[in-house]
Amino acid sequence: MEVGIVGYGAYVPRHRIKVEEIAKVWGADAPSYKKGLMLREKSVPTPDQDTITMSVEAARHAVRRAGIDPALIGAIYVGSESHPYAVKPSGTVVAEALGATPEIHCADMEFACKAGSEGMFVALSLVKAGQMPYALGIGADTSQGAPGDALEYSASAGAAAYIFGREKIVAVCEDTYAYMTDTPDFWRREYQFYPRHAGRYTGEPAYFKHVLSCARGLMAKSKTTPADFRWAVFHQPNGKFPMRAAQELGFSKEKVEQGWLSPTLGNTYSGSSPMGLSAILDVAKPGDRILMVSYGSGAGSDGFIWRVTDHITAVQGLAPHTRAQLEDRPIYIDYGTYAKYRGKIRKLAE
Amino acid sequence: MIGSARYWREIPQRYRYEAAKCAKCGRVAFPPRLVCAGCRGREFTPVKLAQTGVVETFTVIHVAPTGFGDETPYAVGIVKLDDGVRVTAQITDCETGKLAIGDRVKLEFRRLQQDGESGIICYGYKFVPAIG
Repeated sequence: MEVGIVGYGAYVPRHRIKVEEIAKVWGADAPSYKKGLMLREKSVPTPDQDTITMSVEAARHAVRRAGIDPALIGAIYVGSESHPYAVKPSGTVVAEALGATPEIHCADMEFACKAGSEGMFVALSLVKAGQMPYALGIGADTSQGAPGDALEYSASAGAAAYIFGREKIVAVCEDTYAYMTDTPDFWRREYQFYPRHAGRYTGEPAYFKHVLSCARGLMAKSKTTPADFRWAVFHQPNGKFPMRAAQELGFSKEKVEQGWLSPTLGNTYSGSSPMGLSAILDVAKPGDRILMVSYGSGAGSDGFIWRVTDHITAVQGLAPHTRAQLEDRPIYIDYGTYAKYRGKIRKLAE
Repeated sequence: MIGSARYWREIPQRYRYEAAKCAKCGRVAFPPRLVCAGCRGREFTPVKLAQTGVVETFTVIHVAPTGFGDETPYAVGIVKLDDGVRVTAQITDCETGKLAIGDRVKLEFRRLQQDGESGIICYGYKFVPAIG
């Protein structure tokens, strides 16, 4: 029996900071950052937003599109590297807010930027195994870049949620593939506030090796070529990397632009390729085939092939589109406000 | 700061906007009550509040209570939901100077407060401008 996405949703915070505003503070050259990283601005979470709040909003959008009773959801997996608690699950709060408790399995996933697709993979597999009628996988992050570090220009916030099931499918999962190795390109040790990375090493032996190998492996496994796909979406640590990956694999710009959110959204880490997929589903037509490849440092990629069904047109308008949220009256903030919102200012202990 | 037990008791209202409708006179109580304020009835059916509404009135807080100091200036308002129920909550993601009575708003899941750096985080609803 076919298994796939029955409901999807994304959430984008309203606040933004421009590359120029960050560059100004650190004496950096904004035009070269904008050109080098292909980034213009990024989303910023307010102090009352975190991985849990964004996960709830994205999941509510997914439930609206799925049109199901949330009590039928058998599992919720929230993938993030910025879970609000070190010890206490994010998933139970999301489950409670949706009305999916108490007969449910919850776990929080972590794998740098790959945690979201990881949750999707496990949720999809449980439905495929016949363990439950519906399962929910979420990718969400409010990631931090150290002040002045290159990551500060990209680390942003957002979430995407996917409900998998066997009835009223909007995108059938035709195949999956995973590719991982031990690669120390990016990490954060316990009790550390900011992550560290290995500079240029995060490119060729890390992002490109895993993304390209996963995409090629998946296409070989499913006997497909770029010509078989209408759309493709890759993890977006900046604007440049996914475009180069697409080019090397032979996907035209026109196939990746719809899901290419990073130039104005930034890198939403675990939310990145899942949010790109949601933007594609917002406009996809029945029969369209989509290639999705995530990436998480440490390192690995999950690959999925989705085939959009006739039912997509019935659900696209049931919740806010991802690009509409991205473009709807953004609130621009200065670096001082950004530093306050992100807890970068040292204050007196309460 | 509210403690774990009280926070946990209010989850159905704070997370899912669950109200109680009087079986006798139909009056909706949010949060639910044991006795109906309209007819003193004691039987209720659970209902979920509408999640969009209109700002009926609001004020802007400049001198905040403990725990909210970083958020000033912020708006607190009374919103008449589309099902007629009035709810008091923070109105956020807006410029307080441009907020107006009659604005369309919707409920969103947000952090309400936290018990310092090591205590529990309390989640619930705030209003934000409705999209587009």
